[in-house]
Amino acid sequence: MINSYRIALAGNPNTGKSTLFNALTGLRQHTGNWAGKTVSLAEGTVKHKDKTYQIIDLPGTYSLFSNSVDEEVARNYIVFEKPDVTLVVLDATSLERNLNLALQVLEMTRNVIVCINLIDEAEKKGININERILTRKLGVPVVKISARNKIGFPMLLDTIDRLVSGTIECNPVQTTYSEEIEEKITTIESKIRSLVGNSISSRWLALRLLDGDEALLNEFNRRLVLNDQVRREA
Amino acid sequence: MNMKELYSEAQAISSPQLRDDIVQQLYSRSRELCDVGVSYTKTKADTRTEKLDAIFTSKIWGFPIMLTMLGVVFYLTIAGANIPSSMLAEFFGWLENYITSAFQFLHAPDWLHGILVLGLYRGSTWVISVMLPPMAIFFPTFALLENYGYLPRVAFNMDRLFKFVGAHGKQSLTMAMGFGCNAAAVMSSRIIESPRERMLAILTNNFVPCNGRWGTLIVLASLFMAASFTGGFKSLVTTGVIVGIVLFGIVVTFFVSWALSKTLLKGVPTHYTLELPPYRRPKFFDTVIRSSLTKSWTVLVRAVKVAAPAAILTWVFANIHIGDTSILLHAVGFLDPFGKMLGLDGYIMLAFILGLPANEIVLPILLMGYLSTGSLTEVDSLVDLKQIFLDHGWTWVTALNVMLFSLLHYPCGTTLVNIYKETKSKKWTFLAFLIPTVLAILVPFIVYQTAKLFGWV
Amino acid sequence: MVKSNKISLFQGKKGNLIKISSISLEGVMRRRLLDLGFVPGAIVEVIKKSPLGDPIAFRVSQTTIALRKEESMKIEGELVNHD
Repeated sequence: MINSYRIALAGNPNTGKSTLFNALTGLRQHTGNWAGKTVSLAEGTVKHKDKTYQIIDLPGTYSLFSNSVDEEVARNYIVFEKPDVTLVVLDATSLERNLNLALQVLEMTRNVIVCINLIDEAEKKGININERILTRKLGVPVVKISARNKIGFPMLLDTIDRLVSGTIECNPVQTTYSEEIEEKITTIESKIRSLVGNSISSRWLALRLLDGDEALLNEFNRRLVLNDQVRREA
Repeated sequence: MNMKELYSEAQAISSPQLRDDIVQQLYSRSRELCDVGVSYTKTKADTRTEKLDAIFTSKIWGFPIMLTMLGVVFYLTIAGANIPSSMLAEFFGWLENYITSAFQFLHAPDWLHGILVLGLYRGSTWVISVMLPPMAIFFPTFALLENYGYLPRVAFNMDRLFKFVGAHGKQSLTMAMGFGCNAAAVMSSRIIESPRERMLAILTNNFVPCNGRWGTLIVLASLFMAASFTGGFKSLVTTGVIVGIVLFGIVVTFFVSWALSKTLLKGVPTHYTLELPPYRRPKFFDTVIRSSLTKSWTVLVRAVKVAAPAAILTWVFANIHIGDTSILLHAVGFLDPFGKMLGLDGYIMLAFILGLPANEIVLPILLMGYLSTGSLTEVDSLVDLKQIFLDHGWTWVTALNVMLFSLLHYPCGTTLVNIYKETKSKKWTFLAFLIPTVLAILVPFIVYQTAKLFGWV
Repeated sequence: MVKSNKISLFQGKKGNLIKISSISLEGVMRRRLLDLGFVPGAIVEVIKKSPLGDPIAFRVSQTTIALRKEESMKIEGELVNHD
């Protein structure tokens, strides 16, 4: 379908991610299976201007380092299924921990929108968030919303619209690690590029390999086998 | 060079400190971002959550409040479902007259009317009128507590007990979910990250009675345990009995969890963290509508899908004769001696076996069997219903044992499928079937033999 | 005289602020704790005990996380003064 885009929702548990999903998609929801795995994710659609968005509600996770089944599911979707936009939902009242996840997503994929939820609750508590500074520091759009009271939705949808139509571009600012780690990343990264090209962020992959992410390695091999099968059958 | 070689190469130059450094770096960047991007105007901290926690997780009030909540949710469900249930049953009965007339008008053969109306229609409408009202109350109430943020506090309060038997406090949440639907609860056990505790939660989940079994429990409790009470007090006694059964299920859960973590699930590593999110007033209307539409509706549709063929099958079994006895009665005769040992009978055993696809059809099948018509005769009142049981030699021990068997027996078909999906192991799925089955035979057996010994029956 | 004020999270009293210096846990539990913000240098507040005394709830990176005795005993830090 032309003018149809996939938007993945990622975020910590208890950030109102599902509230946002429900508020956006209303009752146009179903549970979809994807990529041959028996993992089902809630999917729904929302129309805005001339475009249709398919929203995928990823499991709520604290990180994306594949410590658990849920984290693997969310990670695999973002990296391998390549949604057009990954929307990271953050809780405005506990931004510090929530940003930790956002920073991980920025390493994995390019088209990211950071969506700060529960903004009304935060303001009641006297927490003021300057989204312009955050946008500049992160290199991706930062939008403030309240999913519960449907505040900030036009802005959010417009941002998505402008991102998928290429009016704005994301340049996620990567986290720099200690010199020692950066050196190691560089060593591995060049070799990764010759192996997977530009289909996956080589910096992220280098980090995961250094970290010893065996689950990711297995996923790679599984998908490689699958691709071979598809190619042979075609 | 392939990915695996690259992985080995990366591992060779990596250090065990790496993850620590990465996360620490990510957190210090998070903190920096907060420092520049977030400012605080009010100096007074918001203490609402702390104040509420002082009550909900208090040494004195924590547990009484939890038990009261459990009782209130059950009472609301049981008492509130009563009237809509009977209204639905009446409505379907009224509609049936018209459908029957239509069949007569079209000169449809008797067997067709039998299969479609007496089997399919009565079976599925029974399931709807018994299940829909309690679900339409239970799921939204549960969702409200969940969205409010109370459920993690239950896990916090209960964890010490769960730790004692080697389980995770969050198991209390999957158990709570099990009251609605064990199949859904098995899926929800993913919230427990550590594999050993997760397995415990999966294997013991069916010891909390799901919505499909509530119908059975409520009917039997109010017929046999609360028989001498009337009005609101009757609902209260029924609730009391149900809470008793539920508590027994919880005791069994703890016992089985303990036994498993001392034997089969020994020594597998374990880890525990639990977030206590701030309390947030849920959007009342949204929550109610959504949970009714998603949870209640999907569970109901599933139940009807399963109930419909089972009802047809039962009708066919009851109406096809081998010799001069129906297939149904042959099966009953075969199962009867075994059933009698447990203080039950062949009909009850058969109903539970045919009810494997879904627990909600056990009672309808049982009644179909007792009436030997293979269809649900219009049961005008609960008194009539009780008479049917009494005619087949039921005592309060029979009722109790049916309730216990229902509480303890093997999970329904859907749940077993989900257990297989989640564990990806035939062995564990089989154990999830075996452990409850053994208990469901053992406990009624002991109860019945004890009752006989003391001359209670 | 150097006064040592090193304590484990488990030993903390309600309201104490503890700056984490070391986490003596390995594997998934260690990684999970890191994800939640129990990183060296982070300041953790002791919030409250559960009714049965265990687990204990801590305030870390603007969220409340409960830990069991087994784990909170193995996270050490320095007591920080309130002012």
